[in-house]
Amino acid sequence: MCRLSRDRLVRALAGAFCGRAASLVVQGGRSHIDGRSGTIDATTPIAPTWRLDQTGGLVLRLSGDWIAQSGEIPAFPPADLPAAAGNAAAGSLALDIAGVGRWDSGLIAFLWDVKHAAASSGLVLDTDRLPPAARTLLGLLPDTPAEPPAPPRPRFNPFARLGAFSLNAIAELGVVSLLLSAASRGAIRALAGRARMRPVDLLGNIRDAGPSALAIVSVVNFLVGAILAFVGAVQLRKFAADIYVADLVGLALVREMAAVMTAIIMAGRTGGAYAARIATMQGNEEIDALTVVGIPVADYIVLPAILALAFTMPLLYLYGCLVGIFGGFVVAIAMLTITPAGFMNETIWAVGLDQFIFGFVKSIAFAILIGVTSCRIGLKAGRSAADVGTAATHAVVTGIVGVIALDAIFAVIANMIDL
Amino acid sequence: MTVPGQSAEPPLLALRDVTLAFGARIIQQALSFDVRRGSIFAVMGGSGCGKSTVLKSMIGLLRPRAGAILVEREDYWAAAESRRTDIGRRFGVLFQSGALWSSLTVGENVALPMQMFTGMEDAAIRRLVRLKLALVGMEHALDQYPSELSGGMRKRAGLARALALDPDVLFFDEPSAGLDPITSARLDDLIVNLRDGLGATIVIVSHELPSLFAIADDGVFLDGQTKTAIAHGSPAEMRDHCTDPQVEAFMRRERLGALAGQAGR
Repeated sequence: MCRLSRDRLVRALAGAFCGRAASLVVQGGRSHIDGRSGTIDATTPIAPTWRLDQTGGLVLRLSGDWIAQSGEIPAFPPADLPAAAGNAAAGSLALDIAGVGRWDSGLIAFLWDVKHAAASSGLVLDTDRLPPAARTLLGLLPDTPAEPPAPPRPRFNPFARLGAFSLNAIAELGVVSLLLSAASRGAIRALAGRARMRPVDLLGNIRDAGPSALAIVSVVNFLVGAILAFVGAVQLRKFAADIYVADLVGLALVREMAAVMTAIIMAGRTGGAYAARIATMQGNEEIDALTVVGIPVADYIVLPAILALAFTMPLLYLYGCLVGIFGGFVVAIAMLTITPAGFMNETIWAVGLDQFIFGFVKSIAFAILIGVTSCRIGLKAGRSAADVGTAATHAVVTGIVGVIALDAIFAVIANMIDL
Repeated sequence: MTVPGQSAEPPLLALRDVTLAFGARIIQQALSFDVRRGSIFAVMGGSGCGKSTVLKSMIGLLRPRAGAILVEREDYWAAAESRRTDIGRRFGVLFQSGALWSSLTVGENVALPMQMFTGMEDAAIRRLVRLKLALVGMEHALDQYPSELSGGMRKRAGLARALALDPDVLFFDEPSAGLDPITSARLDDLIVNLRDGLGATIVIVSHELPSLFAIADDGVFLDGQTKTAIAHGSPAEMRDHCTDPQVEAFMRRERLGALAGQAGR
């Protein structure tokens, strides 16, 4: 801090020497800067200067233009004051800004430094000669600068991190399970006709998650089917096994790709939207208001979100299968020597109903996973604008990773039961 | 009461036959008033009469449907956008709930306008940030995030940010809304001190009578039904001299019906 103020003084001095005539007044072994403008021009600002006058009482005389945005406001070196205080009999420091031209908060910033220095060296600050405006502003400022408490520096400890992460993961698992069970109880109540869920919310959620997502689900699944057919065609042609492209496309889509791709789309599209919406509600204290009124959040927000996804995702999955197989069909017919009827036949023969049921069940599981995690992340969010963004990102990432992890678990189970 | 356009010194801000509207809905029309340099000017009126909309048009957020807003005789809305930004830099605005940028600390909130619009070095900016925060009594919150502050503290931090560039005009949207009477009175003192200290002109949108009587020395009263100004002058003048039943009822906190009953008797 002290070195900084010295630097500044030196710079002020250098500036004074370069541009304007300046004089260094040496009084009784102490150095004082006394800058005077060479040209008197109302438009160009005069550099702000100060001088500690010790004849008679201790007086700090200021002159020049003290404009904050000029960036030339000098620092007041408090190191000089104690010695001066020893010399001064009066024990007070008077401020005189009669030589100051224009001023704004830059002057106040400097006077505040003086106030600190005076307070720390036991001098009484005499502000009588200040204009009332500057005096009032200075009066608002505290004598000693309040040091803001330093934020605790987090120390990097891998074990503590790992422990905290694991505990957090276990706790989250518990919270998500509780939320899911509360939502299920809400669903049971809904079946009994006593739900705190409005049908209009459910319908709105279904509209957002279903029909509005048709276009992107179509595009992605069509392309996935086409890509699978391309990859398969190149390899299978080598063995003259062209017709098995239909098996490849059909099985891959129905068992895995249609469900996973649809779930990833929904995690990005709907999961992110849920998390952002709920986080915004959290910021507006809307969630608190719901709790106070006595409307369970699980019934009113989480349940329609999960139900809407669990209702639309299986349908989108079936639709995605059809579009994907059509994509594969188009590529296969164009690239290989297969008849359309042959492709159809082979697909129907290869893909059994059990494969569809497997994919269908998976997509319901994905839907519940996306719904409950995105709602949980939204509810957990902080209350600022940045927190909303974090929550949306978090929900999308968790949704995608969760879907793929869950898919792996399904693959193991399917292997065990020989599906 | 002052009549617009008749004082010797040109007003710092002036509205001339301004019409404000959202789509087909007219908020205020044929609105004219002057804001003198160095005054504390109150825009008053009942809830929903368009006070905040008038403020929005003065700070550059809503283009008037018709009329002109003059800043030192220059038509603000007729100017090019870059010029409007330059003029707007002389304004400081305290929004109703502070409107602090939530991803920045309080200190960074105050520093951002200075970093963007001045060539000052970081050390000089830090010094001024501390000064502005100390002026509003918020120095201790330098490194805190807005979400960690109470409503009153957010408002004071918002004021420190409004002061960042030493504005010529400070706009306050409902400064005392949501504050307790003591904090509100302290904010009033601070506003007067800032006007006296920094020479800023202050425009306040408010319906808080105690605070208006305490600090405002000029003003305009907007009416939601006729959709224009129905009285000009300081709140105290309006209370003592204005005969319009709306204004009388507002200033004396009476019910319009009760007043009509008295008149009928």
